[in-house]
Amino acid sequence: MASTPARSTRSVQHRRVGDSPAIKWLLIGIAIAVTFGLLIMPLVVIFTEALGSGWSTFAENLLDQYTLHAIGLTLFVAALTVPLNLVFGVALAWLVTRFRFPGRKLLITLIDIPFAVSPVVAGLLYLLLYGRNGWIGSWLADYDIQLMFSWPGIVMVTVFVTCPFVARELIPLMQQQGSEEEEAGVVLGASGWRIFRTITLPNIKWALIYGVVLTNARAMGEFGAVSVVAGNIRGQTNTLPLHVELLYQDYNVVGAFTSASLLAGIAVFTLAAKGFVEWRQARTLIRLQAQETV
Amino acid sequence: MPTANQANAVKPQRWPLTTGRSKRVLPGFGLSLGISLFFISLVLLLPLTGLVIEMSAMTLSEFWFVITDPRVVASYKVTALAALAASLFNGAFGLLLAWVLVRYEFPGKRLIDAVVDLPFALPTAVAGITLATLFAANGWYGQFLIKLGIEVAFTPVGIVVAMAFTSLPFVVRTVQPVLEELAPEDEEAAVSLGASDAHVFRRVIFPALWPALVTGVALSFTRSLGEFGAVIFIAGNMPYISEVTSLMIFIRLQEYDYAAASAIASVVLMASLALLFAITVWQARYLKRLEGR
Repeated sequence: MASTPARSTRSVQHRRVGDSPAIKWLLIGIAIAVTFGLLIMPLVVIFTEALGSGWSTFAENLLDQYTLHAIGLTLFVAALTVPLNLVFGVALAWLVTRFRFPGRKLLITLIDIPFAVSPVVAGLLYLLLYGRNGWIGSWLADYDIQLMFSWPGIVMVTVFVTCPFVARELIPLMQQQGSEEEEAGVVLGASGWRIFRTITLPNIKWALIYGVVLTNARAMGEFGAVSVVAGNIRGQTNTLPLHVELLYQDYNVVGAFTSASLLAGIAVFTLAAKGFVEWRQARTLIRLQAQETV
Repeated sequence: MPTANQANAVKPQRWPLTTGRSKRVLPGFGLSLGISLFFISLVLLLPLTGLVIEMSAMTLSEFWFVITDPRVVASYKVTALAALAASLFNGAFGLLLAWVLVRYEFPGKRLIDAVVDLPFALPTAVAGITLATLFAANGWYGQFLIKLGIEVAFTPVGIVVAMAFTSLPFVVRTVQPVLEELAPEDEEAAVSLGASDAHVFRRVIFPALWPALVTGVALSFTRSLGEFGAVIFIAGNMPYISEVTSLMIFIRLQEYDYAAASAIASVVLMASLALLFAITVWQARYLKRLEGR
């Protein structure tokens, strides 16, 4: 007898909004249905279209010389973009989370510009400055240096579009972790590089890896800005996303989806990396809390 | 709270700048400031000068003529309305998805949580051709929708679908953390006093959520305004009906009319920077209010 009222009061206390099974399963049902229809089905379509005509057609499309060239150029652009944005992202995150100075908030806002600006506008800005009529472009043209409609232009706009990602991943984490451990390192006489390598880096490792993976995915997938500055010369300035467009406009749908499936594979890998990083961070947090309670 | 403030006061980074460099405990201020400023100036700010110079060569009436061209004005309307529809959809569905992910346990939850970020990871051109294929008259969705008399591909509705897809994660990811941090006491008290779920949601939960919801919807709207890759494949791009403003800039560029492209781009740029500024100010005020509580 005694246990029954106790249990019922507890269940009353713990009842929260939306706990009734009808509402709960209705909401879960809608969430699953829309997520499935809007997010999972597109992934399924990409791979069925790419593989629909069999593996041999897929391999044939993949080994097409223009496709191979597009893959090579895309890897090359990402290989130049990612390290640049990695250095910038780490430097900016260190600056705004470890020091207070006037203009700090402005810097944090400025790096969001690429998120807000349309990729076509981003491409246009670079074209106006470095194109033949731009004030830097015309000066470079005197020395026979052409940046636009060739790979340097593609790298430049890709750096612009992807520069916030590493910093955006690191800033909240480094803010939350605080700088006590690094300050202890200074007191103990460690050099700046050693502090960064042995204290900061292990703390931010997973967020940094995810930042790099996301930057890489965006660098390989950028379309709007690149299509403005690339000029779409088949076999020369065609990155993988531009190649997808070109094949699709040529009504080579299977070919387009073959190239698209490579990019979709990178996207799926990025999501898996994010899941892994969050799992690692949650585990570290639990371990830290366990240590504190001990 | 006073203890937290005292702890902050001891932290070196809280010391005023006037006490000088020597009071900064951690190294690397000069180096990180140098790299950051150099990069931001070169990558983000310098390119703006090209636009300013291009614009200064135009007279005001030329500028006005270009940006009020009827076809361009039609593209502003299409873009703004489609972005509004897409961000409102994301506001409703994003709130639902965040709620379900935070409040309930069910099989497949982790998969859904992971796949929410797909639109950020999937290249926009890939999203564009995929959505166009799904919603085309012979596509998996299109063949059913056409029987209901709904045409999506190559209409403004397609633009809304593409924009909703590419900006889906914003609302979920801004609302989710707020919902997680929400203390259960008020809600449980209201429920145990016999208030209906709808009433408690409206009076207790929603007041805590809506600043994050507005931020998410605004981010989604900003992103949708500039969307290009996903939109152009599904929009059909008919002048006056389904051309977005980004495409108008692109078309002017292909005509080598750099002046007109710049003029239209300056309108888009002003709109997106104003939105970014408004969101930043809004978030700062909202955070201050949260901390003051």
